[in-house]
Amino acid sequence: MGGTSTKLPKDLLSEYQELTFLTKQEILLAHKIFSELQDRENGPYSTRVSMEKILTLPELKSNPFQKRICHVFSTSDMKDGSLSFEDFLDLLSAFSDSATLEIKSHYAFRIFDFDDDGTLDARDLEKLVNSLTGETDDTRLTAEEMRQLISNILEESDIDKDGTVNLSEFQHVISRSPDFVSSFKIVL
Amino acid sequence: MPRHKLIASESDVSIEVDEGKDNEFSLYYVEVEENSKGGKEKQATRDGKRRRARNGEVSRRRASEKRTTNMANKRAEKKHEKHHKTTRKEGERHRKRQRRRIADEEEAEEESSKEKKNIKNERTKTLKLEDEKEKDVKKKRKKHVKNQEDDANPGKTKQKDCQDVPLKEKKKKRKKPETTSESESQSESQSESNSDSEAKDNQAVGVLGSLTPEELEKLKEAVDERKKLITTIKGKPWPMKKKLVILRESQEFVEKYEGALGKGKGRKLYAYKVLMMKKWMKFERDLENFKTACIPWEMKIKEIESHFGSSVASYFIFLRWMYGINMILFGLTFGLVMVPEALMGKPYGSMPRKTVPREEEASAMNFAVLWDFGGYAKYSVLFYGYYNNQRAIGWLKFRMPLSYFLVGVGTVAYSYMVVIRTMARNANEEGGGDDTSFNFSWKTFTSWDYLIGNPETADNKFASITTSFKEAIVEEQESRKDDNIHLTRFLRVLANFLVLCCLAGSGYLIYFVVRRSQKFALEGLENYGWWERNEVNMVMSLLGMFCPMLFDVISTLENYHPRIALQWQLGRIFALFLGNLYTFIIALMDAIQLKRAEEEIVKKNMTIWQANLYNGTVPDNSTAPPITVHPADVPRGPCWETMVGQEFVRLIISDTMTTYITLLIGDFIRAVLVRFLNNCWCWDLEYGFPSYSEFDVSGNVLGLIFNQGMIWMGAFYAPCLPALNLLRLHVSMYLQCWAVMCCNVPQERVFKASGSNNFYMAMLLVILFLSTLPAIYTIVSFPPSFDCGPFSGKNRMFDVIQETLETDFPAWFGKVFSYASNPGLVLPFLLLLVLAIYYLQSTSKTYKRVNMELKKKLQTQNEENKKKNKLAALKAANELEQARKAGEQRSNSASDLGVNEESSSLDEAGHHRQAGQNGRLIHPSQSQHAQSSEPPVSSTHTTTRPPASRSHTASGHLPGHPQQPQKNSHSNRR
Repeated sequence: MGGTSTKLPKDLLSEYQELTFLTKQEILLAHKIFSELQDRENGPYSTRVSMEKILTLPELKSNPFQKRICHVFSTSDMKDGSLSFEDFLDLLSAFSDSATLEIKSHYAFRIFDFDDDGTLDARDLEKLVNSLTGETDDTRLTAEEMRQLISNILEESDIDKDGTVNLSEFQHVISRSPDFVSSFKIVL
Repeated sequence: MPRHKLIASESDVSIEVDEGKDNEFSLYYVEVEENSKGGKEKQATRDGKRRRARNGEVSRRRASEKRTTNMANKRAEKKHEKHHKTTRKEGERHRKRQRRRIADEEEAEEESSKEKKNIKNERTKTLKLEDEKEKDVKKKRKKHVKNQEDDANPGKTKQKDCQDVPLKEKKKKRKKPETTSESESQSESQSESNSDSEAKDNQAVGVLGSLTPEELEKLKEAVDERKKLITTIKGKPWPMKKKLVILRESQEFVEKYEGALGKGKGRKLYAYKVLMMKKWMKFERDLENFKTACIPWEMKIKEIESHFGSSVASYFIFLRWMYGINMILFGLTFGLVMVPEALMGKPYGSMPRKTVPREEEASAMNFAVLWDFGGYAKYSVLFYGYYNNQRAIGWLKFRMPLSYFLVGVGTVAYSYMVVIRTMARNANEEGGGDDTSFNFSWKTFTSWDYLIGNPETADNKFASITTSFKEAIVEEQESRKDDNIHLTRFLRVLANFLVLCCLAGSGYLIYFVVRRSQKFALEGLENYGWWERNEVNMVMSLLGMFCPMLFDVISTLENYHPRIALQWQLGRIFALFLGNLYTFIIALMDAIQLKRAEEEIVKKNMTIWQANLYNGTVPDNSTAPPITVHPADVPRGPCWETMVGQEFVRLIISDTMTTYITLLIGDFIRAVLVRFLNNCWCWDLEYGFPSYSEFDVSGNVLGLIFNQGMIWMGAFYAPCLPALNLLRLHVSMYLQCWAVMCCNVPQERVFKASGSNNFYMAMLLVILFLSTLPAIYTIVSFPPSFDCGPFSGKNRMFDVIQETLETDFPAWFGKVFSYASNPGLVLPFLLLLVLAIYYLQSTSKTYKRVNMELKKKLQTQNEENKKKNKLAALKAANELEQARKAGEQRSNSASDLGVNEESSSLDEAGHHRQAGQNGRLIHPSQSQHAQSSEPPVSSTHTTTRPPASRSHTASGHLPGHPQQPQKNSHSNRR
């Protein structure tokens, strides 16, 4: 089965270059990796690779936001987080070296927005902090600390004081951060 | 409703887009049908038309006739289509979503088949092209009609309006998607046909002739817009499918109309320019790809990045950068100094300076030469002393001494330039990161390093994030107090005292060792063993190895915050290295003085020796050919320059060796022992005392920086140094990559790389400055040796410039130069320079302040706006509530069904508005339509939506926050 999709059409390749922040080599590498994942996919051959398979990639394996990343970039109708090759390219493009702050912060916002309601409310922030501190008990924050932390975060970034952080507030905060762009990166 | 705001809006957009596509499609089908139905006769007439056009008999009138009939047909059909569409849409959103996908696939198929068709049959293609143009014009007209209709009965077409305006807009611009390669050829053929018709019939028109100037202007704007879209489409957070569709459309749109927009004869040129522009862009992209492919060790660094986070990787990136710089330094010295001398200079053994002296001949091929660089290595192009002072060498008349001098200056100048440029760039990138008002948010939103791919590193990262959170909370509460401030202070003072002692001790040790080695050297090295010969370098390397560990132990006394502790540690190591280096240099200066004293003696002896030579062998015949003495036997001066170069080379070599050996013992052997002894040991070695080593980023970076400093210092006297350094960096790249991956564990505290980059650069700059100082001092203040090196016989090394000016340039040039170098001119010039620097600095300060003020203003304005919006939203919500209550009261009399209807229509309206807004992101021009279509809507449905919000959005729009309108609508609807 592997031979079916090993070649990307040339014009499509150039269009992908036009549409993403990736170079030709990166797209080809991504394509190779993606087709390998596709080959390992059990069951009927499809253009999508399930989330479980995507998460076996070493680049995503230990990321606490792995599931969110898949869900955000997935265009699947079933909301199962499976990725097509184009979704995969979107993902890599957003996480690539040369992507702009704007696009990175946009996707970061959607990744952090756990319930997909367009704002980061206290529950989202709690989930976010929990993902950052790891799942083990000794690294978790206590309830009191969590409350304090979340109120601090909201105090800083919730400019319109509606109890949530929305996209523009988020981008406002992120754009001033010195190391967001350098750390919001995934390379194959 | 609130739960799906974002999602709903997104899907609405895509639906809307696909709507247009659907429409297009059906249109396309209609057309195809027409073509096939209308059959061969139509085809034939068209063909005929085409042929005639080619032959030069333009029958535009007929064509336009045909067009009008076509238009009428199609308009009717399209209306029908649209009507159908709206009704359908009101019904099943869900089904459509499924169909969308199918349609997409169909589209893809359609596209490919179409492409094939087109390639096969060019005539049909051009035909279709014309048809499309017609359609465009027609669509435009139709749009006007539609608008009028809409104005006439706004209430009835409310729903349609929201959806249709963007749709119509889209249709106006939308073309059948075709691929780039095809469209390229298309544009060619198009421009060709255009110029054809142009030539035949100036006034006429063509397809675009029917457009008024305003429409043309609009078209031009649209084209520009599309072009902008193409370049910025990368930065849009849309799914790829949508981006693809939009890209293809816009590209084609641009293709189509760009060539046609030019006027008269300029049209062809314009098309050509466009074509060239496209080729150029493709070339640039390829070049970019090639450049990235040329960057070495990319994969290695990425692997490390994923295992150890960005800070360890930053060391390797720094190493690679250093490698690049050394590559260029090496290229300069190798290409302009070493190779010319080796190829064109006098060969080895032709002069005393190019021969191994008799007394060293025995040991000149010893194995020790490999690390001592004595023997044959000392008398080769690798060192200063080998070069001849012949002014021009070889058939090229290569000015060797001049080249030597200029390369020495050039390497330093180049290094300064590169370092400063990089610093400036880094500073640019870091600009604006000085705001500390978002401490917690940054910790939350940006602390994860997405590059981490190793579970262990991830665990460490979790832990460090947790501690940083806790620390931040504690600091925020200000509840922590030092239990005994006096003790801490005392300990800190004590620690600093200890460190100072260490520094002074190491300095003295080096000075002592260097002096002792001079004594050894005077007495002749042959009588001493290996240790005595390499004492200086070994002591320096060992100090460099153990003192940092000592500092680390001492710093535990101080109880600083880890970040501050790291800075102290770095500062101390820096001081240590610098102190060592400078003691070394001072000792070296002493050695130089000694050598020069020796040289004076040799000079005197030389004349005696020469006199003896002549007196002894040829007593009275002075005209006889001079006795040939083998160059190895000629007495010679000590040549202090070569000595300096040799010292540096030895230093570099011993430094490299210690680094590698520490790496092997401290990392590899330790890892092996810990790994395999762990099974039979009484405590856990892996997590207990020795454990595995961490990668010490700052220490390694410092080592690299000092190493580079030594290169800069010694490169003038040993042209081989850049080459050696290149070798060293190359090996350490591989060795350290391997060591990191195989025997280091990720750091417990994972630091961010971004903050320290410029810190390293600043250190590099300081080192560069400090290392050029002694080099310049020796060049300026000491006369070169009398019998070795390219400057022998001159009073000072820089006299070579003067000499070149006098002999190689015309006389007037020398005169001008001497005038220019007159102090009366130079001093004012320097003054001017200082003034300029001062002026620039003060202006930059002012700019910075203005910038800060602007930022603050923007922030406050932003907050004010937000507050206003918030208030407005609240008010609106109240109104809404009241209205609803009123409606409910009214609906008490009415049936429940009506209420349901209204609320559903509310939903619908919200959706549509959202769609319109997102549509604006796609087509900025469209926003006007969307907004203009808004008022009637809101006037009819004041009960369903807050009217106040809109105006505030318009007024409160900040340039830096393009997303604001959308967000406001969120808060409004909440």
